Amino acid sequence: MAEPGAIDCDVHPTVPDNKALLPYFDEFWRDSIVSRGINSLESISYPTKSPLTSRPEWRGKNGYAALSPAEVTAQVCDRWQAGTAILNCLYGVQLVYSEDMAKAFCSALNDWLVKEWLDLDPRLRGSIVVPMQNVEYAVDEIERCAKDKRFVQVLVLCMQELPLGRRHFWPIYAAAIRHGLPLGIHAGSSYRNPVTALGWPTWYIEDYAAQSQGFQSQVASLITEGVFAKHPELKVVLIESGVTWLPSFLWRFDKFWRGLRTEVPWVDRAPWELVRDHFRLTIQPLDAPDDPHAVERAIEHLRSDDILLYASDYPHWQFDGDAVMPAGISPEQRRKFAIDNPLATYSRLREDAR
Amino acid sequence: MANKHVVAAVNEIPPGGRKLVEASGRAIVVFNLAGEFFALSNRCPHRGGSLCHGNLTGLVLSNEPGEYNYTRRGEIIRCPWHSWEFDIRTGKSWCDPEKVKARRFGVSVEKGAKLIEGPYVAETFRVSVEDDYVVVET
Repeated sequence: MAEPGAIDCDVHPTVPDNKALLPYFDEFWRDSIVSRGINSLESISYPTKSPLTSRPEWRGKNGYAALSPAEVTAQVCDRWQAGTAILNCLYGVQLVYSEDMAKAFCSALNDWLVKEWLDLDPRLRGSIVVPMQNVEYAVDEIERCAKDKRFVQVLVLCMQELPLGRRHFWPIYAAAIRHGLPLGIHAGSSYRNPVTALGWPTWYIEDYAAQSQGFQSQVASLITEGVFAKHPELKVVLIESGVTWLPSFLWRFDKFWRGLRTEVPWVDRAPWELVRDHFRLTIQPLDAPDDPHAVERAIEHLRSDDILLYASDYPHWQFDGDAVMPAGISPEQRRKFAIDNPLATYSRLREDAR
Repeated sequence: MANKHVVAAVNEIPPGGRKLVEASGRAIVVFNLAGEFFALSNRCPHRGGSLCHGNLTGLVLSNEPGEYNYTRRGEIIRCPWHSWEFDIRTGKSWCDPEKVKARRFGVSVEKGAKLIEGPYVAETFRVSVEDDYVVVET
């Protein structure tokens, strides 16, 4: 069921290949990419032909979906009545090893998003994809892009070289706060480490299912390292995380915090309180049975109606038909998830609303 | 009226020391913090661990990540089972001070001469007139 004027917090524009980005590189990188034959940065997080990557009816040429603003807004804004859609581009720039090349790719990607998406439809907003390979470059990219108020968030992947709480990354969070941008953490990996702590899994299903473990570890890292003690204004959005792993994880995390908090004395509140105050989660996928009562209970276990954000995850195949909002969510919750919570999370959207 | 129990001679529990005693059928741990005595139920309010057998430590707080302000050394007891911290002076847990607290008992130091007059219960003790004794109220 649609909620008119909703803010869809997770929509994925597709970069078909590097050719599409070439106009946005400087001459050195443009020539380098062509001469080295780097055709695409498609990541195995969302392989084109994987059923998860797009619902079949949305696939066009070569199996790609979400290639243009018109295509995306027809579904997300017209059919599902979102008034605003936040574009989170998952092109595999995080996989690049060279810091310099990663910087060039991120800049090209963000500029491509401005010119070929944000400029073409006033309902679209963007996330700044940053080169986490180099903290200074990531800060520079935030400073460069944040001048454009249509960028509403900084986007990183769930699994990367180091846990996100590490102090080394804090200048990125300071920059995000300076510009009123939450940190969006999206499912996916830069594949610097195996996607499970056990080592490399064999199958795609293991990789995707393991993302929730990655999210758990990132929540633990951000809290225990003291990111919120140092940066109390920081908001973190967990995007495409599955959501329902959170209560059981917090049960465990809170329990052990009571006995181990002396290791991290700056964590002066129970972790679940920090999660309630600093973390938000997008609602698709919601890992729960179809039974509306089960969904209702799962949401109750989150202990707050403030932390869920409406998101279709278009064009990923998380649900059928128009059931972006799972059954079991009350009309009051729908309105909160679709409008009030996103506005409370994304300060730049609040400025638009004024 | 509270029962008063003579549980130890003062010199048995030196500063920084503790003693597990029994009074009215309850296990009670008596601490000496630099000459002041405190008595707590020995049963951890969480799951019942024996507080007397926990680690004695200080209170670590922090104003910001990387900063460890360590004070009140020797005034915090951590349950040996799950390491929850309890303030020996108040019995309150650090993690949930209003809901999770070890029960406190009144404790005082009395002269042996006075104890012999009563109305004290000296269950296991020979009290001598010259010495001082730790008395717990239950």
